[in-house]
Amino acid sequence: MGPDFVVLSLVPMLIGALAAVACALPGNFLLLRRQALIGDAISHVVLPGIVAGFLVTGSVATLPMLLGAGAAALVAVALIEAVRRLGRIEPGAAMGVVFTTMFAAGVLLLELSDTSSVHLDVEHALYGNLESLVWLDATGWQSLLDPAALAGLPPELGRIAAAALGVGLFVRLFWRPLAAATFDEHFARAQGVPTAALGLGLVMVAALAAVAAFDAVGSIIVIAMFICPPAAARLMTDRLGRQVAWSVAFAVLSAVAGYILAGYGPLWLGGQDAVSAAGMIAAVSGLILAAACLLGPHRRPRPG
Amino acid sequence: MSGPLTLAARDGRALAEDLAPYPLAVRGLTVSYGGRPAVFSVDMTVEPGSMTAIVGPNGAGKSTLLKAALGIVPRLAGTVTLHGRPLDRARGEVAYVPQRASVDWDFPARVLDVVLMGMSRDLGLLRPVRARHRSRAMDCLARVGMEGFAARQIGQLSGGQQQRVFLARALAQGASLYLLDEPFAGVDAATERAVIAVLSALRAEGATVVAVHHDLSTVRDHFSHVLLLNVRRIAEGPVERVFTAENLQATYGGRLGAAQIGDLGLAAS
Repeated sequence: MGPDFVVLSLVPMLIGALAAVACALPGNFLLLRRQALIGDAISHVVLPGIVAGFLVTGSVATLPMLLGAGAAALVAVALIEAVRRLGRIEPGAAMGVVFTTMFAAGVLLLELSDTSSVHLDVEHALYGNLESLVWLDATGWQSLLDPAALAGLPPELGRIAAAALGVGLFVRLFWRPLAAATFDEHFARAQGVPTAALGLGLVMVAALAAVAAFDAVGSIIVIAMFICPPAAARLMTDRLGRQVAWSVAFAVLSAVAGYILAGYGPLWLGGQDAVSAAGMIAAVSGLILAAACLLGPHRRPRPG
Repeated sequence: MSGPLTLAARDGRALAEDLAPYPLAVRGLTVSYGGRPAVFSVDMTVEPGSMTAIVGPNGAGKSTLLKAALGIVPRLAGTVTLHGRPLDRARGEVAYVPQRASVDWDFPARVLDVVLMGMSRDLGLLRPVRARHRSRAMDCLARVGMEGFAARQIGQLSGGQQQRVFLARALAQGASLYLLDEPFAGVDAATERAVIAVLSALRAEGATVVAVHHDLSTVRDHFSHVLLLNVRRIAEGPVERVFTAENLQATYGGRLGAAQIGDLGLAAS
């Protein structure tokens, strides 16, 4: 692993791993609350918000994107309620309709607007641009100690690192009440635990992870990152702490293995071009889940 | 019972009656789900040291009454006081045993983890669990005869064992008033005896117990007081005075046959 690795692969792998961890952490609790599709929903709904944030400010910065994503989420909630009431459609179907429609609106908005100056287009929205997040200022491993080279790191790395840190702090700080409210929300509320605020906080950190990860890896892989590592981890253990630890390990493994397989797998098979890293990371996380389903030690359904 | 005092309470004016002696007092409670009242204008006065059964048909609002008293579901109208104090200032005085089926027992936790969840008030949001909390949780498990199961995954427990773990979690709350939702539903005879023994011991220590109860044949064995509920309060008071064929007929309407009431051995008035 020489200078080429540091310049071309180190940063994308780090970003992929951090994004996977940032999504897997809240994913564990969403999964146990039977709200796993909220991750899916967020990753779809945020697209028009991110595009709108870009159109208003003209830059791909985290804060306007986050504000746009938040506004889009509010619009989504209002639309779901409207569709459910006016159309007399059951909540699940109403959510599905609104999420896909808003995502489609985001795609159309992207195609109609001039985003050629920045990394924001339809393909990026779907697959991300992990491969393009290279570290051109690096000359080798020694660049990790060179302030000038470090200053040239892609800004996406700092964003996703900050998001992962924020998500990690939230989960670590509120671990006990979060676990209590996830297991038995009514009992927790009866004790005065602010369950509504905790649930909202969980969705907000999930949105933060989705927006920061979306920027780098696109919407398809974000869904896989929310659901696959926690679901596989659930089959490995019967303890919440260990489940979260397993999910972090699976998240990092799928990001690193997926990136390497996407870059070098086709060459090993005699092909020419690399395939999408985001797609391969999602595929690897799905394979890990499949393996856990077949081999995980805690996969049996329990009696009553 | 609907004299001027309770009417004043319903109007939201200052309570003229002194509710401080009562571990739980509910006045004019109305709870609505989707525009339909689940509980309508209910008064309930729980005597200190009593063991009260809440009895009524399915959909009568029994669980809802408990949940509203605990602030789990919002009240449309009415007041709830614990020894005369509003719920927000007296949460530490009340423990709760929800219905066993209300949670997913496949949740990744051990028995001890669940009992520790009863200490959220002691621990606050941020403080970590310490050895003394674990040792108190073990004491609570011992009281329900489950100390040997502390490290067991909760999904491996039988229904009766799950019920006892929930009771241990309520004991960990260290309260003086216990609200239980169907604590005897679907449990084995050994668990029923164990739960009754624990509740009797709690009463002997001065605690007060209120339980939603569906088995009419055991009301007189286990309880000192009864509240008959069918969205509205039908009757409330000591079992021997209130648990009558006439009141049951009024509570269950036509759903309870004369033969069933006859089986209870109640004197028709």
